[in-house]
Amino acid sequence: MANLHTTLLGISSPNPFWLASAPPTDKKINVLRAFEAGWGGVVWKTLGDQVKNVSSRYAAINYGNQRVMGLNNIELISDRPLDINLKEIREVMNEFPDRAMVVSLMANTNRQSWHDLVKRVQDNGCHGLELNFGCPHGMTERGMGAAVGQDPSIAKMVVEWVMEVAEVPVLTKLTPNVHSVVPIAKATLEAGTNGFALINTIQSLMGVDLDTFLPYPDVGGHTAFGGYCGPAVKPIALKMLTTLGMDEATANTPISGIGGVTTWRDAVEFMLLGAGNVQVCTAVMKYGFRIINDLCSGMSNWMDEKGFTSTSDFVGLSIPKVTDWEELDLNFHIVANINQDKCIHCGLCHITCEDASHQAISLEKGNPYNTYTIKEEECVGCNLCKLVCPVSDCITMPERRKGAEHLNWKEFQRRGLPLNEH
Amino acid sequence: MSLESQRLAPEEYKRNFADLHPPFELFDTASIEANRCLYCYDAPCTKSCPTSIDVPQFIKQISTGNIKGSAETIFSSNIMGGGCAKVCPVEKLCEGACVYNLLHEKPIEIAKLQRFSTEQAIKEQWKIFERKPSNGKRVAVVGAGPAGLACAHALSLEGVDVTIFEKEAKGGGLMTYGVAAYKVTPEFCEEEVDWILSVGGITVQYNTEIGITTTLQDLQRDYDAVFVGIGVGVARHLGIPGEELDGVVDAIKFIYDIRTKDYSEIPVGDRIAVIGMGMTAIDAATQSKRLGAKEVVMVYRRDELEKSCTDTELDIAKLDGCSFVWLAAPKEILGESGKARALVCDVVRLADEADASGKRAIVPTGEMITIEADMIIRAAGQIPFEEFVKTAQIQNNTGRISTNGLQSTNLKGVFAGGDCVNGGKEVVDAVQHGKDAAKGILEYLHSK
Repeated sequence: MANLHTTLLGISSPNPFWLASAPPTDKKINVLRAFEAGWGGVVWKTLGDQVKNVSSRYAAINYGNQRVMGLNNIELISDRPLDINLKEIREVMNEFPDRAMVVSLMANTNRQSWHDLVKRVQDNGCHGLELNFGCPHGMTERGMGAAVGQDPSIAKMVVEWVMEVAEVPVLTKLTPNVHSVVPIAKATLEAGTNGFALINTIQSLMGVDLDTFLPYPDVGGHTAFGGYCGPAVKPIALKMLTTLGMDEATANTPISGIGGVTTWRDAVEFMLLGAGNVQVCTAVMKYGFRIINDLCSGMSNWMDEKGFTSTSDFVGLSIPKVTDWEELDLNFHIVANINQDKCIHCGLCHITCEDASHQAISLEKGNPYNTYTIKEEECVGCNLCKLVCPVSDCITMPERRKGAEHLNWKEFQRRGLPLNEH
Repeated sequence: MSLESQRLAPEEYKRNFADLHPPFELFDTASIEANRCLYCYDAPCTKSCPTSIDVPQFIKQISTGNIKGSAETIFSSNIMGGGCAKVCPVEKLCEGACVYNLLHEKPIEIAKLQRFSTEQAIKEQWKIFERKPSNGKRVAVVGAGPAGLACAHALSLEGVDVTIFEKEAKGGGLMTYGVAAYKVTPEFCEEEVDWILSVGGITVQYNTEIGITTTLQDLQRDYDAVFVGIGVGVARHLGIPGEELDGVVDAIKFIYDIRTKDYSEIPVGDRIAVIGMGMTAIDAATQSKRLGAKEVVMVYRRDELEKSCTDTELDIAKLDGCSFVWLAAPKEILGESGKARALVCDVVRLADEADASGKRAIVPTGEMITIEADMIIRAAGQIPFEEFVKTAQIQNNTGRISTNGLQSTNLKGVFAGGDCVNGGKEVVDAVQHGKDAAKGILEYLHSK
């Protein structure tokens, strides 16, 4: 069994799975249950000036038979008194000294407030701090959360204040509600942040009730824009995460990856793209803490299979595989191939190629089963048929190079090579 | 040993004749199944439906919560899509062709989903179709069975005024009178007919048998065109000694009685032999068991591979505790004081090779078996209404009406479809005949 022990910013935890700052980490009773279940650490739900929350708070989108493909919330930071939170944090740390305890913070945007909050929380005891610069709803109206995280100069200023007094490692949590996270990351790095956590939730409106015309979630006849998370946001998170790994200035800064991590596979992907560990929330909000078992067992088995002994062995391995489009090899060419023994004749490859791609799959009528075959000369190797095919490995994409050498767009243009004729 | 009614307590009848395939009770559960559908293109299920219902489309519509649209998709192809969802042998039609079978996975429950949409439409009598204003054309339809109703509905939509002549007191034909009660209830059949007729433009004259006071010639004279959808008649006689004995009954009559009377009024024997292995034979065997018969034996002169019912149907009979004697050809019915007491059969085998008819010949082995039975149900095929066909001088093949393109007969303006043409197939086949005939009739009326 591979060892899942992970250290991020010097903070040790028995596995790379932390619970993100959110309702599952807002009080002792939950966090104790999480640690009993086996979670490696928590980021305690954001502390700051006590707030008041509304009812209802969440809305979800479903896809097919899956509920909560994406979740949105309009809940604010912790609505419990600060001293109760601090007392419970101490109690939890005493009971589970081997688990990571990071506390999320959000103070009013002035130096004194941040100094007071940081000192009070770190004096109380914790392994690290996470600055909530990401919350996209509610708190932004008060000049906090994403209002800080969307402006590099404000973000930089706040991190400077924090670093003036911080004695434990500081993670800056980045908002995805920007065209790129890199400028904010660079600015906060200059201000001294020790690491990043990303992404926070994405601004969203979840939908509308077709009978009442009320958008979700309904708070007595009105709603407000909320923060979107869950499996649906994972690709967005992975992209933002990767951009930090690709930029020289931020490439070596530790990152805690967040955004739709539901299975160990998701976690491995985040780590291959540069996250030192991951934080999970929506999956727990849907299934409870018990999912930690498969997160650990799946990752451990995968590491054994690949020969990795430590979780740090594979962090960032996939980043070099991401490049600019103009660097991609135009001579690389694949074409679809249908394994007729595996084909179940659903026709999805044909109709999608016919209507949405390059008319490269022919149909020979049969009763009741048609036969579908690839017209190699028409196939552009787009993957669409393979993606919609319900049978694994029925459609494969064997390589049919157009030329031996690597030929990118820049070189293609330089040589004045001909474009497609039709 | 004698035939007795009232063998069971009321609650036992109720349990025995409860819905064989309970419906989805919640949208949520229907939606789970609907979402399992792959939404195949040029779908095998649709191609395997005699009425070509766009199955992926109606299932997709269930998944989006568009139940009315889903019902419309079904009914546009098959106006008896509600009843068919309950009685179709889907294992050899749509569900049998579902691509999941090729993955050795459970096929989509198409019938159950179809029932989900259509049952709501029928129960709540949704207005789905709007007929064109009356165009003054008048068509007579003989028989308010699936073929006749499908033809009448399609004609009415186009503005034709239709009069249906039905010899029974209710419409629906085989659906109402000839199918096992645990598949479709009399109440549902009535609601379904009401719903079909609610489109307007169709008048039904019940208890009116053509050929008695009104003839086909009269209809030809009084109407612009005629559709004949009279189905088939009683069960074929076996032509063996003892068939006149008390306790020897016709499966069609037996099922008709079950469908029209209270279960407690239907007499059954202690030991029943059912002759035949088609759907009707299964319906007779299972229902006699459900009426309280102690033992039911199904007797067939071919082997299990050559049975005409589906495996699913055979399983119903097996689960009901029926037993089976294969390769036994009825030879004689023995009686005592005018009552049947046993069925004697030749033990036969099948020839190794198929003969010119495409079937393997039945060869007696010389051995015989005697099956004790106080009730013997004939269910070895039905006889066409030969008398009617001959009197009306419709071209036919041993009583089955011969048709050309779009169900036209040799008589000008007379069309035919359903069991009276195909000799007795599924409800869904009859519906397609009715649709085709309506098309033929509209063309004919146009060219007149």
